Amino acid sequence: MKAVRSMVLVSSDPQSMERGAQEVFDRLQSEIQAFHLEDEISITMVGDVGRHDATPLLIVYPEAVIYGPVTPDDVHFLVEEHLYKGRIASNLQAPARELTGRIAWISARKGTLPAEHRIVLERAGLIDPDSIDDYIVHEGYQALGKVLTEMTPVELIAEIEKSGLRGRGGAGFPTGTKWRFVSKAAGNPKYVICNADESEPGTFKDRLVLEGDPHSILEAMAIAAYAVGASEGYIYVRGEYRLAQERLKTAIHQAREMGLLGENIFGSGFSFDIHVHSGAGAYICGEETALIESIEGKRGEPRPRPPYPTTNGLWGKPTLVNNVETLANIPAIVRHGAAWYKAIGTPSSPGTKVYTVMGNVNNTGLIEVPMGITLREVISIYGKGMKNGSSFKLAQTGGSSGSIIPASLQDTPMDFDSFSKAGVALGSGALLICDEDTCVVDLAKVLINFFRFESCGKCNPCRIGNQRSFEILTNISEGRGTLSDLDFLQMLSDNMTLLSNCGLGQTAGTPLRDILKYFRAEVEAHIRLKVCPAGICPMTEKEPVH
Amino acid sequence: MTITANNTQSVAEVVRAALERHGLVKDELIPILNEVNQVLGYLPAEALELVAQEMKVPQSQLFSVASFYNMLSTKPRGRHVIQFCESAPCHVVGGRQVFETLKRELKLESGETSTDGKWTLVTTSCLGVCAVGPVLIVDNDIFGNVTPAQVPDILARYH
Repeated sequence: MKAVRSMVLVSSDPQSMERGAQEVFDRLQSEIQAFHLEDEISITMVGDVGRHDATPLLIVYPEAVIYGPVTPDDVHFLVEEHLYKGRIASNLQAPARELTGRIAWISARKGTLPAEHRIVLERAGLIDPDSIDDYIVHEGYQALGKVLTEMTPVELIAEIEKSGLRGRGGAGFPTGTKWRFVSKAAGNPKYVICNADESEPGTFKDRLVLEGDPHSILEAMAIAAYAVGASEGYIYVRGEYRLAQERLKTAIHQAREMGLLGENIFGSGFSFDIHVHSGAGAYICGEETALIESIEGKRGEPRPRPPYPTTNGLWGKPTLVNNVETLANIPAIVRHGAAWYKAIGTPSSPGTKVYTVMGNVNNTGLIEVPMGITLREVISIYGKGMKNGSSFKLAQTGGSSGSIIPASLQDTPMDFDSFSKAGVALGSGALLICDEDTCVVDLAKVLINFFRFESCGKCNPCRIGNQRSFEILTNISEGRGTLSDLDFLQMLSDNMTLLSNCGLGQTAGTPLRDILKYFRAEVEAHIRLKVCPAGICPMTEKEPVH
Repeated sequence: MTITANNTQSVAEVVRAALERHGLVKDELIPILNEVNQVLGYLPAEALELVAQEMKVPQSQLFSVASFYNMLSTKPRGRHVIQFCESAPCHVVGGRQVFETLKRELKLESGETSTDGKWTLVTTSCLGVCAVGPVLIVDNDIFGNVTPAQVPDILARYH
């Protein structure tokens, strides 16, 4: 990489592209040439920078000045003022109040926000995702080199187990243990799959990693493959993530050319290659066995477990399935060691967690913070408080399969064990913050409606349970509920949790259980008084349920 | 999901191109269907028949796959497909009102195609752009922070 005086980043998330980011980029190129600055300034399209209020954004380093929204006509002035004359064009700076994601982190260093702790997202938004050189300059592929030349698979697995890393897909299963199962399983060949079918509503952390730092996933998969003895890998990316798929394909091509994927990597005798597999729009394919079925070209219907994919996975062979965020932790753990990682977060859940903060807060967006932070801290520090001074009523975690967290639990540390002790779940890291204008019946209806559509229909508790629950919730919201409906809802919820075949059905009943546990009075008001306390439900017959 | 009715290429040509590009292996089945669906706008029976023959997969199995995934359609769709996110994050920030407006403006219910073949309205689960909800996608264009008042303006951009 040549030395440059300034680095200009242009956001290129879908919204920025829609608002003309490409044109801004092209104009930048021509203006920089017009001022003869091409040897001093680098320009990069960087994907999603975690901020969407003033797109397209233009970030200039080393000053970390953020301009936005930038139109092509602003470019000439910006280049002349900032890059040529060295003066910050303050009239074009993006509003400073809504700071999220990477930008929040940059501002934190400037003393405006408490620092996040970035491991998973350490490079996203800072490097050119289409440049393998950029990745390598930022410590990329060092971890792969280290494991291939200095560590045996057994030592590597022991190191990951010692780090205490737990799966970030939602279940929190110890990653090292899973690796050990696959490495010990009999069968050949073995496969490594990266689960990038991120479709939990409200979750887009994996998209940022894939779009902003695709090589980190390739590196982590190669490390995992070395540990378990696999020679082939798949990245299952959801069909809607087009940009992520393109970036991954470019990255794989570059890594192959450099000999970082393919035959005999680093002359170690270890060979590994990766395919990108696009999904076709099915939430259920985020479930690992459904995902495997989908790669095999079938309907994405989960398999009964056991046997687990660790012994009988893709094409019936031992298969390691890890989530994007889990994998993104791996290179850093290898580079810095298990002890370093274990010191972050809480003892039972070491490391950081990426949260997507949404809903009725002033700042929405993405944060990566140590495990164990509380909901109150997230809302007040990173969310900058509730919108319009409203008060916090509940948070919905982990997309649709997460729990509904009442205000009484907002001081519970957010880590796997503290949450499960409190009877709620951390899920995939979405935090939908709701104020008092949210009706729990209405919210549960939306969540159950989602499952009703996304249930694959293979097993009865899930297929029928979600449909019946939706009908009952609709009746309650339209003033036709009875008190016995609540017992029935509870029974449906229990049946789904206990009897469903896969994770979707087992968690689909959670919103029902939670609203009956924490907000029963509000639900009963719909039935006894025919009143929706939040004023959201129609409380009169609208249209028949179909 | 660009839906362009491409009249210059026959169904057979499109299928053959997709098969050639991906290869006749089973783990490429869904990518092949995806590509054919993107080029033709949907998966006509003729396309499924051809893929079944070439890949030696029973047609019934192919149809069961094609009907399972949201991004694959066995029925023709309108020239423009509107996907509306109906997941909770968009819902709590005003998505419901936007969807009501959308249905009223288009005179369509979810899953329907207009009689003039211009619009298809579908609801979809999370699109991963929740920070700017409510979100709708027309073909490949993403619109964020949509208010009911903006809906007619957005629709007017498409012909």
